[in-house]
Amino acid sequence: MAKVTIDGIEVEVPNGASVLQACEAAGVEIPRFCYHERLSVAGNCRMCLVEVEKAPKPVASCAFPVADGMKVFTDTEMVRRARRGVMEFLLINHPLDCPICDQGGECDLQDQAMAYGGGASRYKEEKRVVKDKYMGPLVKTIMTRCIQCTRCIRFATEVAGTAELGATNRGEHMEVGTYVEKALTSELSGNLIDICPVGALTSRPYAFVSRPWELRKTDGIDVLDATGTNIRIDTRSGEVLRILPRINEDVNEEWLADRGRFAFDGLKRKRLDRPWVRQGGKLVPATWQQAFDAIAAGFTAPGAKLGALAGELADVESVLALKELMASLGSSNLDCRTDGAALDISRRDFYSFNTSIAGIEEADALLIIGSNPRTEAPVLNARIRKRVIAGGFPVGVVGPHGMDLTYGHDWLGEGGATLRALASGAHRFCEVLRNAKKPMLILGRNALARADGATLLAVAWQIAAFNGMLKPDWHGFNLLHRFGGQHGALDLGFVSGLPMAQMLNGGVDALWVLGADGLDLSGVPASTFVVIQGHHGDAAAARADVILPGAAYTEKDAAWVNTEGRVQLGFQAVSPPGEAREDWKVLRAASAALGKPLPYDTLEALRARLVVDYPVFAQGDALPRSVCTDTAGPAGDISGLRDDALGLPAGNYWQQDPISRASETMAECARTYAAPAALAAE
Amino acid sequence: MTAHGHAEPTSFAFDDESNAAIETIVARYPAGKQASAVIPLLYIVQKQMKRMTDSAWVPRVGMDAVAARLGMAPIRVYEVATFYFMFNTKPIGRFHLQVCGTTPCWLRGSDAVLKACKDAGGLKGYGDTSADGNFTLSEVECLGGCVNAPILAVDDDYYEDLDYESTVKLIEALKRGERPAPGSVIGRQTSAPVGGPTTLLDVAGE
Repeated sequence: MAKVTIDGIEVEVPNGASVLQACEAAGVEIPRFCYHERLSVAGNCRMCLVEVEKAPKPVASCAFPVADGMKVFTDTEMVRRARRGVMEFLLINHPLDCPICDQGGECDLQDQAMAYGGGASRYKEEKRVVKDKYMGPLVKTIMTRCIQCTRCIRFATEVAGTAELGATNRGEHMEVGTYVEKALTSELSGNLIDICPVGALTSRPYAFVSRPWELRKTDGIDVLDATGTNIRIDTRSGEVLRILPRINEDVNEEWLADRGRFAFDGLKRKRLDRPWVRQGGKLVPATWQQAFDAIAAGFTAPGAKLGALAGELADVESVLALKELMASLGSSNLDCRTDGAALDISRRDFYSFNTSIAGIEEADALLIIGSNPRTEAPVLNARIRKRVIAGGFPVGVVGPHGMDLTYGHDWLGEGGATLRALASGAHRFCEVLRNAKKPMLILGRNALARADGATLLAVAWQIAAFNGMLKPDWHGFNLLHRFGGQHGALDLGFVSGLPMAQMLNGGVDALWVLGADGLDLSGVPASTFVVIQGHHGDAAAARADVILPGAAYTEKDAAWVNTEGRVQLGFQAVSPPGEAREDWKVLRAASAALGKPLPYDTLEALRARLVVDYPVFAQGDALPRSVCTDTAGPAGDISGLRDDALGLPAGNYWQQDPISRASETMAECARTYAAPAALAAE
Repeated sequence: MTAHGHAEPTSFAFDDESNAAIETIVARYPAGKQASAVIPLLYIVQKQMKRMTDSAWVPRVGMDAVAARLGMAPIRVYEVATFYFMFNTKPIGRFHLQVCGTTPCWLRGSDAVLKACKDAGGLKGYGDTSADGNFTLSEVECLGGCVNAPILAVDDDYYEDLDYESTVKLIEALKRGERPAPGSVIGRQTSAPVGGPTTLLDVAGE
């Protein structure tokens, strides 16, 4: 530790810390552009100059290490003049176009020019003009505004792992760009917009939409992948205008995947905004009362067998309400595994990401089975990459050959034979895992969606047990879910009675489908009465007998459980469209219409009941570290494992759920990235 | 097609001569540090293009070939290739006339050398390539030959102690396909004083 005095305030910081970090520890603000605490230090903007005792010149505090007894001054005439000078140089080539710049109002350059700049320009010569670059459908560039801090270059190279941005030419002619015109191929490209301190990289879909001071900001949770990224939903007059990440060191640090950031325009299209009832073979608009009457007829017929499905985008409260409604109607046919994944809910660590996302940084070996974390959970993948860069982290992959995970990996094989070898110790990679102190494996949920899925789960657990991943002080078995509603429904035990396949195959007379708008129900026999409760008119709605319009994740107060099992609350940012309502309220109203009213009239009462019956929800968003004291695994016979290659989720990254399928922005991405050759020819 | 008949090639592969040179160069660096060889390899690309097309330049596919050979992201090679003006990222003429305009050369008459290049080479100014595809004119910073200023570098050869007439003569010779011997054009030995030694006249034993 080093004792440093900043403007008379004494602080202790670790050796090797920078002067800038010491200043932050002392609560002294240092202006900066190129410095970013999650990126390597560049030291090229010179805005963070401070005076250090005995140093003849101002020093760049971001790149200057502290020394014991150092005295730093941040508010002397020398520092003020230095900052004014740097600011004058930065503004020489920066256009005075703040009124038409989308960064206006949340621009570091604007703010710091006000705080530290000179107030007037002495520059009379011609300004430099830089041609705008094409970087794809998400990131818009106005490169004349670029102050060449190189944050975007470092982000793309270090965090995203797609080294496509660089600084070409030099001096006056230096330009930031891709050199060869191309769309950025990162699933984290939206974060470039956040880290750009000026208006050079801005959001293309958000261009000229709003000013930051007009927006109402609501905390939410992204459910379009299972990372559980903390988001801020910016709205104006009942419309979601953009989504930004919030900082949560344990989950997403400060990053957000592109689908979570840009797919929200899908919330305005193809919405179910009023109840529909099938009459004479055709869906016709109905009132809530007519819809409930139809449901009452379908669900209370004497001797009718009932069932319910909860999909990938169902929130915890509504799943609980649905489960209790079905119980009061005397049915225990529940299934939340609408993707067909053979999950075992007998113990929570059988279906959780037990190591935790932050725990990845402690691990020292990784085995990935049947998953491409880069497309299934880009932010989580960035955490893996961070660990890989730190060194000493061998990564083995069982799955398709030649995946670009943004870090190097050892491809072990594509299916069952490799897994058997890993479980028995016959595989060379076992040596790596067994020599590691904290080895972990990530099993893709999609890999379990096959006939021998239960066996595969059991084998994966055996691999973990055999290779020293399950210890009294470490849990290295991890299941990577794909959407924000999947883990929570498992926690509620929404798996009982008939499995989904039988329910869809005429096993029940009446079926309630919640939050699974994309589920293909075309094979359900006409004799089954189907209620669809959801927010998008996707595949499922076509087969509905009754449609109940629900709320999407930005439109309700709801709890979500991410793949780690972390319970997080999202808040209502806008109202559901038209007659649509929050899903638990719809279920409460339906229960009254069915004559079995649920025993809660408020969300608080529902949540009070939730934490009593399911104590995991009482812990809030704090996640205790999982350990494994019982290494007995899920049931399954290893010899039943087939040799088929493990499959990845079908389709492209940008269109995976009803919301992103309805999004025009995501459709544009899919077009751009599906046929890059055709685009280049334009 | 770009000017002067040189198209941006659609592919680039190192030939045998280049591959042999690359082996030697890459072996100089420790394992895992091959990226250090990026500058010499870009020179190899430029020289191979000169052999193949008679224009010494580095096309984008050539940079990609370097990136693939050294295991680098292509953008890292683009950054290096565009940073150094020694690498021509556009096709150039058969001869690259590089006029030094730094103070010593300028004081000793580089303006005349420049004018001679323009007049004899048919060039409009810096950055221009002559209509016959023979010459490309560049301004360069100090070539380190100040004692024999002014200097004109033709490709890798220095021609020294130039004036207007001798530069015209040189360029006319190049046009005829001759390659005058590099060095001082007034017959001075390396950078010894013009007109013979002025010091150390009494050499022991002579």
